[in-house]
Amino acid sequence: MLIARVIGELVATYKHPSHEGRKILMVQPLNLDGTNRGVAVVALDAVDAGVGDKVLVTTEGFCACTSVGRLLQPIDMAVIGFIDQIEILSDVS
Amino acid sequence: MYLGRVVGCVWSTVKNRNLEGQRMLVIQPLTPELANTGQRIVCTDCTGAGAGELIYWVRGREASLAFLPNEPATDTTVVGIVDSVHVKSAAAPEPPPPAAPAPAPPAKGRKPLRKAS
Repeated sequence: MLIARVIGELVATYKHPSHEGRKILMVQPLNLDGTNRGVAVVALDAVDAGVGDKVLVTTEGFCACTSVGRLLQPIDMAVIGFIDQIEILSDVS
Repeated sequence: MYLGRVVGCVWSTVKNRNLEGQRMLVIQPLTPELANTGQRIVCTDCTGAGAGELIYWVRGREASLAFLPNEPATDTTVVGIVDSVHVKSAAAPEPPPPAAPAPAPPAKGRKPLRKAS
């Protein structure tokens, strides 16, 4: 799973039927210090996230399909939670 | 899923039987600002996207699930044609530079050539 921030939304009229009725979000993966990590990706929304939210993104197909509630469909990324806080223990290396 | 643009198509006469009848497109991955990123790839297509169109594509085993009950041997499939991308500028990965840089202070002991209006 990735820590990411929702930076926008896609509008797609013609798409696979399994993507109908779900928001399609642009999410930017983040490092632990909040800097960008790679290129933004597209994920289906399973928790009603909005632009600016810090979220948890799964990048595994089975997990993404089940969280959206559409098994055996071409979905490989989904937003599956909001992140309120990240705590890192400094004395554990 | 990833954002991309159709930049070409691939013709193949001898291929896996499950791939027969599949369109194969050359896709250039894009950033949300629609700048090119990474290497071009070949995707199968379930949407009928044409040259130059903005699309999004799926990677992995799920790519072949777009064609159920057939499961062609593909690991990337175009699953949607993108009409528009709305990216909030404040949350964009690269914030735009300030509109106008602050004017440099005049050199010491010398008057500026022209008074700023």
